[in-house]
Amino acid sequence: MRDRKRNDRKPKQYPRLTHPMVRDNGELRRATWEEALDRAAAGFARTTQEYGADAFGMFSCARSTNEMNYVAQKFTRVVMGTNNVDSCNRTCHAPSVAGLSAAFGSGGGTSSYQEVEETDLIIMWGSNARFAHPIFFQHVLKGIHNGARMYAVDPRRTSTAEWADRWLGLNVGTDIPLAHAVGREIIHAGLANTAFIERATSGYEEYAAEVEPWTLSVAEQVTGVPADAIRELAHAYATAERAQMCWTLGITEHHNATDNVRALINLSLLTGHVGRYGSGLQPLRGQNNVQGGGDMGAIPNRLPGFQDILEPEIRTKFEAAWNTVIQPRYGMNLTEMLDGIERGVLRSVYCIGENPAQSEADCEHTIKRLEMLDHLVVQDIFLTKTAELADVVLPASASWCETEGTATNSERRVQRVRKAISPPGEARDDIAILCDLAARLGHDDWKYADSEEVWNELRAVSPDHYGMTYARLEEHQGIQWPCPSEDRIEPTYLHGRLWEKDPARRGMPAPFGPVKHSPPVDLLDERFPIRMTTGRRLDSYNTGVQSSGFASPMRRGEYIELSPEDAATYGVEAGEEVRISSRRGDVTAPVWIDPGLRPGLAFMTMHFPDEVDTNQLTIEATCPIAGTAEYKATAVRIDKPAVSV
Amino acid sequence: MTTVPKPVPVPVQLGLPRRLVEFALDDEPVRVPEGSTILDACEAVGKDIPTLCYGDTLTPKNACRVCVVEVEGARTLAPACSRKAEPGMTVRTDTERARHSRKIVLELLASSVDLSTTPHVAGWIREYGAEPDRFGPDAATVADRAPKVDNDLYVRDYGKCIMCYKCVDACGDQWQNTFAIAVAGRGFDNTISVEHDAPLTDSACVYCGNCIEVCPTGALSFKTEFDMREAGTWDEDAQTEATTICAYCGVGCNLTLHVQDNEIVKVTSPHDNPVTHGNLCIKGRFGFQHVQNRD
Repeated sequence: MRDRKRNDRKPKQYPRLTHPMVRDNGELRRATWEEALDRAAAGFARTTQEYGADAFGMFSCARSTNEMNYVAQKFTRVVMGTNNVDSCNRTCHAPSVAGLSAAFGSGGGTSSYQEVEETDLIIMWGSNARFAHPIFFQHVLKGIHNGARMYAVDPRRTSTAEWADRWLGLNVGTDIPLAHAVGREIIHAGLANTAFIERATSGYEEYAAEVEPWTLSVAEQVTGVPADAIRELAHAYATAERAQMCWTLGITEHHNATDNVRALINLSLLTGHVGRYGSGLQPLRGQNNVQGGGDMGAIPNRLPGFQDILEPEIRTKFEAAWNTVIQPRYGMNLTEMLDGIERGVLRSVYCIGENPAQSEADCEHTIKRLEMLDHLVVQDIFLTKTAELADVVLPASASWCETEGTATNSERRVQRVRKAISPPGEARDDIAILCDLAARLGHDDWKYADSEEVWNELRAVSPDHYGMTYARLEEHQGIQWPCPSEDRIEPTYLHGRLWEKDPARRGMPAPFGPVKHSPPVDLLDERFPIRMTTGRRLDSYNTGVQSSGFASPMRRGEYIELSPEDAATYGVEAGEEVRISSRRGDVTAPVWIDPGLRPGLAFMTMHFPDEVDTNQLTIEATCPIAGTAEYKATAVRIDKPAVSV
Repeated sequence: MTTVPKPVPVPVQLGLPRRLVEFALDDEPVRVPEGSTILDACEAVGKDIPTLCYGDTLTPKNACRVCVVEVEGARTLAPACSRKAEPGMTVRTDTERARHSRKIVLELLASSVDLSTTPHVAGWIREYGAEPDRFGPDAATVADRAPKVDNDLYVRDYGKCIMCYKCVDACGDQWQNTFAIAVAGRGFDNTISVEHDAPLTDSACVYCGNCIEVCPTGALSFKTEFDMREAGTWDEDAQTEATTICAYCGVGCNLTLHVQDNEIVKVTSPHDNPVTHGNLCIKGRFGFQHVQNRD
């Protein structure tokens, strides 16, 4: 039986925002909607006038509907005239999108949940789906009961790993050496799918040269995974008839995250495990609409329908549809925008439903940056730490249950979001607020009768969504993109074209990514000898603003989880308060002992930042391609707190 | 030294397309896909068969026997929920023998269990002329068991339990694979229990509530529903339902929010949904309170 000692520490509960607020003399006070909207708009107009369009940035919301994200990015591009729009996809799966689109030209997972039930081999790489994506894991369990084998690759022996045929416990940040060793073994064992490689891929020779040094024994030294286990994984993956490669933030929250993703995609190209029913790549997304936010163009480099801003014909199409001029260059992503604040180039931010003051790595630094802004407007359902810093706070409706619209899940399924309850007090729908602000900034023609009108506007400019009317979404319980026709449903998997015999139909070959190993930035040394990694627990979510609202019997607050060996080494016991310090900050938390951790590895979550602010420890070393920070690899030390006198 | 067994690739078989099977149902010919049950066929033609232990997302357990029908040539009555349709068979759903059997089942259950929150059962008792009182006031009953209220999310009221095993199957290998509950005890004293009959909070339970989703009698219920029933404020006629998407991760689970007076009072998920098949996790099932912390 599990030990579930609980204590009395209650996480902070957030009451809903019920009225707008503005800042006067340094204090937030209640305001009318008129006053708050006037102030919000005036601030945006002022900074744009003084510093130009690119002084504005939009933090859109991966938790809100597709329709809201479409209007938010249109507001950014048409009303404010910049491409500086992004969302918290940057803190999790932007590298998956970057990696997948570099290889296949499209940033979505290539398979569907049902295919996991009907595959032969499932690899869960850097994913504790049993906790973080429990209902996806039910599909994995169906697959396992149907006879599929499962391999878990994770530094921690997680509850996902408990279901695995084999657990490969690698050292944090050695995913590329492990993937390369698997690739090399497949090549040397003669198990590479040469027909597929020749027909459907490019860059194989360079890839083969890149992985050549990663022999099983070298990889064993670097990753800590026994050579035998690496060989077994390689043979199992290469010889399976169908195989699913699934990953989560263990791959993407690293400074070289896009390279990590490319390393996994390489294995699918090497074996032909992509573009067929049951064979594919599944990045498991962390927010209800992080896929859709990007699909809707709420990212700095793509217009709605994941269409590239740099393509002149694409821009022309949108310029005609929106009666505007779109800047022919990428905007700043979230990471660059935060940096831009510090450099004084970004002066005003419109933050919708995001909490960067607590979600960003090295959050003290982020708060300082947000305080430097001339004008910060926060639109949220709670007075979050970020909202406390705002000049104007606008109370919004909770999109998942107080608005109509759609959201897109990890398997690219667009599903209807429906209004079940009315928002409290004066809280209003996000889209209505955006339109009111647009009107104050010279676009008084922005009127949408309902979310379906927004959706139909999006369908007209996005071929991948064209066939999805609200009526069809209802009829089919959601439809996966691409869906270009109103008469057809496309296959559940992407990139079947790679298997076409006719080169013209096969299209662009998928390039291997010859990526190199780069160890975590935050090095271990004598002062900071413990590798701390982060993740989610089953009953809590992100910065805890939502999940603190219900009384989970399993919730136990924040702990630093240590291996039994390390606890013995440092002479600490379960429940004992210790100080955890990194090169950036320190926090105190009680000790929890988890035999699933290997010596030298510690674990914390970010669920209780008001209690233990884990992101004071994490490093803001970001992926240069996707901008995601290395939440997964922090060097820390553990000390008994000094006895107070 | 131990050697690692070499993995032998064995492809998982995909299902084949199904043929149609024709048989006679209450003297009418019906055609259903091979593998369908008699109950599936009844549903397809709009014939109402009472069920209790049957679950549309679970393998039939044949525990309650309330769905029995008569198959020509068979010695015993057949449970419609699990008996597969076969070509040329003759099935009658409303014979004297089938009706009598259902009546007895309803009398035995209703005399020994509190069925006050079981949907449809009052209508069936009338329809089959069941008289649960005929065993007298001393009939053995579990209805006097006290509800187990040991956490803030859901209540186990085993005075309403008909031992259909659906919760055990949903918690076990059919869906959740948590195995927190099982059948304990023997004979009339058997009951659904966590290990050592401990409180839920000391068990393996992960509070997904997938047992509540399949419970046919209301023995398992949301704490919100339990409290409102106690207070006399639970009013299903005044409730609305809207199906939306969970806000807690990217899997895209469909949540049906049951709302009374602008408050979410219960969450279910459509059983035919391709993402959830009716299953949720603790966050989707119980994590709604944050939107209604309104003051």
